[in-house]
Amino acid sequence: MKTQDVIDLAARNLHESLLRNSLTTLGIAVGVASLVAMLSLGIGLQTMANRRLMRSGLFDTLLVGSRREFRGFGGGMHPEPTETRALDEKARVQIAQLPHVLEVYPEVRFATELRYTGKPGVAMIAGLPPSAGQNEAFEGMQGRFFSGPRAEEAILFADYAKELDPQASRLVGQEIVINYAEREPLSNSAEEGGFSLVRRERPLRVVGVIDREPYSGLRGMAGAGVFIPLQLAESLNVVQPGDLRGLTSAPEANGRTFNILTVRLDSPNYVEQVETAVKQMGFGAYSLMDATRNLRLFFAVLDLFLGIFGSLALAVASLGIMNTLIMAILERRREIGIMKAIGASDGDVKRLFFAEAAAMGTVGGAVGVVLGWVLGRAINFGTNGYLRRQGLPPENLWLVPWWLIAGAIAFAVLVTLISGLYPAARAAKLDPVQALRYE
Amino acid sequence: MVRAVDGVDLQAARGEFLALLGSSGSGKSTLLNLIAGLDRPTSGAVVVQGRDLARMTSAELARYRQQTAGIVFQAFNLIGSMTVQENVELPLRFAEVEREARRQRAREALERVGLGTRLAHRPAELSGGEQQRAALARALVNRPAVLLADEPTGNLDSHNGQEILKLLSEFNRTLAMTVLMVTHECALAERFAQRIVFMADGKLCPA
Repeated sequence: MKTQDVIDLAARNLHESLLRNSLTTLGIAVGVASLVAMLSLGIGLQTMANRRLMRSGLFDTLLVGSRREFRGFGGGMHPEPTETRALDEKARVQIAQLPHVLEVYPEVRFATELRYTGKPGVAMIAGLPPSAGQNEAFEGMQGRFFSGPRAEEAILFADYAKELDPQASRLVGQEIVINYAEREPLSNSAEEGGFSLVRRERPLRVVGVIDREPYSGLRGMAGAGVFIPLQLAESLNVVQPGDLRGLTSAPEANGRTFNILTVRLDSPNYVEQVETAVKQMGFGAYSLMDATRNLRLFFAVLDLFLGIFGSLALAVASLGIMNTLIMAILERRREIGIMKAIGASDGDVKRLFFAEAAAMGTVGGAVGVVLGWVLGRAINFGTNGYLRRQGLPPENLWLVPWWLIAGAIAFAVLVTLISGLYPAARAAKLDPVQALRYE
Repeated sequence: MVRAVDGVDLQAARGEFLALLGSSGSGKSTLLNLIAGLDRPTSGAVVVQGRDLARMTSAELARYRQQTAGIVFQAFNLIGSMTVQENVELPLRFAEVEREARRQRAREALERVGLGTRLAHRPAELSGGEQQRAALARALVNRPAVLLADEPTGNLDSHNGQEILKLLSEFNRTLAMTVLMVTHECALAERFAQRIVFMADGKLCPA
């Protein structure tokens, strides 16, 4: 029998028991919907967690120090250093040229005297790279991020700002003044890298106040109360704790060395690669990659569990298909006998029942995907309403990628075909003489 | 073990109209099913056009039923959910005949049995005689060499029964089909068949 005729006859048979077949199809649709809703929730949660973690800046980042600095940091990461290279401007440029490296910047952090409305106090100041504006700490901040990489502006950490003014938000737009010690190279002994210290003063405009610490935990920003643009911080040439050591232990660096450089990559996938490259250059490196590996494992397990729960409904639906098809065989026993008597082969009968199962699977799968999508939208809408009431920003908890749509329909068809195997084989093997005798 | 058909040795010539008479349980329907390729003998041979049905695979038997043998039952056995025309087209679907040719041939077959105006009716809307004529159209639509009829008049009144037998006889003459009819109506058999064979307890009886 031609495929077109198989489809024709299958459609006719399905239409004959419309209510029963529709209910069976609906069963499949509910199964697929639960599968889609569960998996898309898993995918959505994973995407959200990844995005959050990316924006936390912890996982696309590598900390680079000279090997001396890193000894005992991260637990025996490397054997005895073969050579000790100074982490200077040359090294910074070299690391920045590695593939997948977005930016390399030093940790600039210093304690200074800070005056606000004439009253003096002490502040820990940290430089922030322009990319930090993407960090979640600046989401929903009071005021704004720096207007430029060298803008003479400051963002205050709320806890510190409260020391200056109990109502921190009033500080936005105000002026603060910092006093610091600038490192000035000695003009007559440049080759020896010596420097003198000069007292400086600089006014800064407060442009914002943040509640959360940016990059807490990894990038030396912890404990800082005032943030200024990194380039500005570097140009201030404030004397750093490492400068003295650099002067005595790495004279070839010609003055300036960095304690630690932060290397930001375009994707966490390359952390390991860049880490190896940096180590080969003779520096120490450290990343939080192991943590993301565990996170990925966690989500793989979560997706698996959600998938299994989602599939349970589909498994129940597949029993429904089997039941419907076996009922159809009992009802159409005589019809199958007639078809065989007038020339239908076993294969024709089998294909006919298969086509009916596949049609229910395809329609059920398609309706299920739509149902699942609507269900997911509803969950999203509900959770976002809750988040809004809690004063939190809305989140996309639920994500349906195209492969999930195609996969769910394919899976539904596969499950229905497997459920159709036994009924179809049973129908094909029906003895026409027995079937025609059946009343 | 019951032997429904036992030691039967029967030959029918091409184009012959043969009637198989016997009481219920005599094995005549089983013999017909064997010749129709619906059943297989436990031993022996059923040879049609030089080929032994007992040695055919089930796919070959399906093709045999599709192309060589047409069958009519006492209970008509039309599919109730299909129109008369669709019922007659069904064997052509299994034989993979194109849609247009299929329609054309089904219409011709139905016109031949006098149902040219009832194409779109469902079997339940037809009388018993009309249903059997539709079944006859379905059996001959593939132009089989052998037409098998199992008590074709059993569910019909005598007038309709005679009409059906007239048609069988006409196909036998005009289309040169070999007709093998199982019946227990002696008078009809004597009137239309060229040869009558009697069966009892699964065996052929001497005439």
